[in-house]
Amino acid sequence: MTTLSNDLKLEMYRRMVRIREFELTAMDVFKRGLIKGTVHPYIGEEASGVGVCMALRSDDLIAGTHRSHGHNIAKGADPARMMAEIFGKEAGYCRGRGGSMHITAFETGSLGALAVVGSGLPIAVGAALGFLMQGKDSVAVPFTGDGGTSTGNFHEALNMAAIWKLPVVFVVENNKYAVSTYYRDAVSIEDLSARAAGYGIPGVRVDGFDVLKVYAAAGEAVERARSGGGPTLLVTECYRIEGHYAGEPEVYRDRAEVNEQRQYDPIRRFAAVLTQDGTATAEQLEAIHQEIQAEMSAAVEFAQNAPMPDPSTALDYIYA
Amino acid sequence: MTNLTRDAVSLGAKAPVMPPDLIVQIPAGVPAKEMTMAEAIREALAEEMERDPRVFLLGEDIGKHGGAFGVTRTLFDRFGAERVRNTPISENTIIGAATGAALVGMRPVAEIMFVDFSGLAMDQIANQAAKLRLMTGGQAKVPWVLRMPQGGGAGKSTAAQHSQSLEVWYAHIPGLKVALPSTPYDAKGLMKTAIRDDNPVIFLEHKLLYSFRGLVPEQDYSLPFGKCDIKRLGSDVTIIASGYMVWHAMLAARTLEQEGISVEVVDVRTVSPLDEETIGASVRKTGRALVVAEACRSYGPTGEWAMVVMEQAFDYLKAPIRRLAGRFSPVPFADSLENGMWPDTEDVIAAARDLMQY
Repeated sequence: MTTLSNDLKLEMYRRMVRIREFELTAMDVFKRGLIKGTVHPYIGEEASGVGVCMALRSDDLIAGTHRSHGHNIAKGADPARMMAEIFGKEAGYCRGRGGSMHITAFETGSLGALAVVGSGLPIAVGAALGFLMQGKDSVAVPFTGDGGTSTGNFHEALNMAAIWKLPVVFVVENNKYAVSTYYRDAVSIEDLSARAAGYGIPGVRVDGFDVLKVYAAAGEAVERARSGGGPTLLVTECYRIEGHYAGEPEVYRDRAEVNEQRQYDPIRRFAAVLTQDGTATAEQLEAIHQEIQAEMSAAVEFAQNAPMPDPSTALDYIYA
Repeated sequence: MTNLTRDAVSLGAKAPVMPPDLIVQIPAGVPAKEMTMAEAIREALAEEMERDPRVFLLGEDIGKHGGAFGVTRTLFDRFGAERVRNTPISENTIIGAATGAALVGMRPVAEIMFVDFSGLAMDQIANQAAKLRLMTGGQAKVPWVLRMPQGGGAGKSTAAQHSQSLEVWYAHIPGLKVALPSTPYDAKGLMKTAIRDDNPVIFLEHKLLYSFRGLVPEQDYSLPFGKCDIKRLGSDVTIIASGYMVWHAMLAARTLEQEGISVEVVDVRTVSPLDEETIGASVRKTGRALVVAEACRSYGPTGEWAMVVMEQAFDYLKAPIRRLAGRFSPVPFADSLENGMWPDTEDVIAAARDLMQY
């Protein structure tokens, strides 16, 4: 880890804080009735998305999910245009047509945010096949959760990527809950990475609260994919601190369990690493928080002031 | 699958043969070759693969085996395993992979062995490929073609899970286009357009039509989507049909002509987008409309076409709109039950005669 530059580590920290603040802001504007629809907070999983996405190049493409604010920010997307999207504004990345669950920034390397669980995996397989056929060395990185590992998408996609040795890193963020269902009630094994064995590909399990560990594991998997070594199943062990969506009643778990998990807060944990190894002082980190909070205020202002899509364009973007 | 495949192909050879001169599409003097619809589709695929290195094929058993109906036969030897890509039995990921490859600039042509199996891929077709363009505000385009054999018919006897006509499943989804050719000429020309189109295209191939022969121009050509094709001009009754039903309509028209009834046949060769103008113009001219489809009657294509007639030509109607459609039933195996499942030439003749009573 000591080989990482201070700039890189601070950028990781900045993006983790940006995700946290974006989610807190999104939940706030949702609860205040400023936006409609729904918001699926990524709080508690910041180290996973940032550790993976910062191990990627801009021409490596991610496939997101309904819970992909974090993946977009981790890949470098602009929070103001993301905020405009969840406000349903023309200035949003998807011109207000997608909303929270479908924020997609092609400019920073995305295939889409697909809100049917597991559905991004086959699409990433195809992108990787395309890369291979075009002679490119890009990598496709689909995200899903523990729930996604029970879908047919997961089985078919891992199998196809494995037989064709495609450059895919399948990232399973084990946040422990598929809506209300604890993962051990849906899966008969404790270690989800063990599923890789059935496809003859490496399965790697990593502490998803530790951004440096995620970054290292993702980097290794990406390198293997890029150099023709085929796909990897990377499982990041994290926890969904908030409900499935903002305001979800969470009747299926104890507050004590959630409070215990809050102790592993990936941002606080990384802050301790950064101050201890001399990368930054507590004051410098605090300044990042201030800077990002100001960024979010500006993002909300931008989103609120941006125009809605013109109703006369309702039939645009259905066919190319 | 192997036995079924062999059966399907051999039964296809025993399919009722329509007089090939029923549909004439190439003017005399235009250099043309006679070929089956399967060959016409294969030729379109091969020419597009030659023309554009981004075009590739993927699907179950499409390699050496050539697909369940032999459409891709010889292409594996010609283009290799990279571009004629045999897949595992994973319908959803065949389509998902086509979508992902299309998103990064390839132009995949996927095959699902029978349209009946496409339910396994429905999320990737209807939720992902069809919606990505709108969901991303126009950032994404998904130029793929999904080829699927469909349909049943006398002597096929492939029962409930290999005989359906499902064009409306897909025509109902905004973002998709749907083609259902009735002749080798249409199949080749529409396939070329489908491959060059920047949207996901569902290309439905009627199994009975694979062995039908017809003339195909030697020169490169393509046919437009969103346009019906008038297969026969007439003045008394408009028959609106697609796929195999076009042939019943054409054969019926020949008999009816001898009775002094002049039939116009409008072939809805692209089910979506639907060419409402041509349907409307024809019925405004004839004043009588008969809609014929192999797909099930309830909520089927005939209901949609009839409504188009109401919207476009109500004031011109001399008679109520009549419809002929597949029985609302899973397809049974036994001949005694399968017979009568779908409209045939006699049904069309009788319905047209009825319409002339008004």
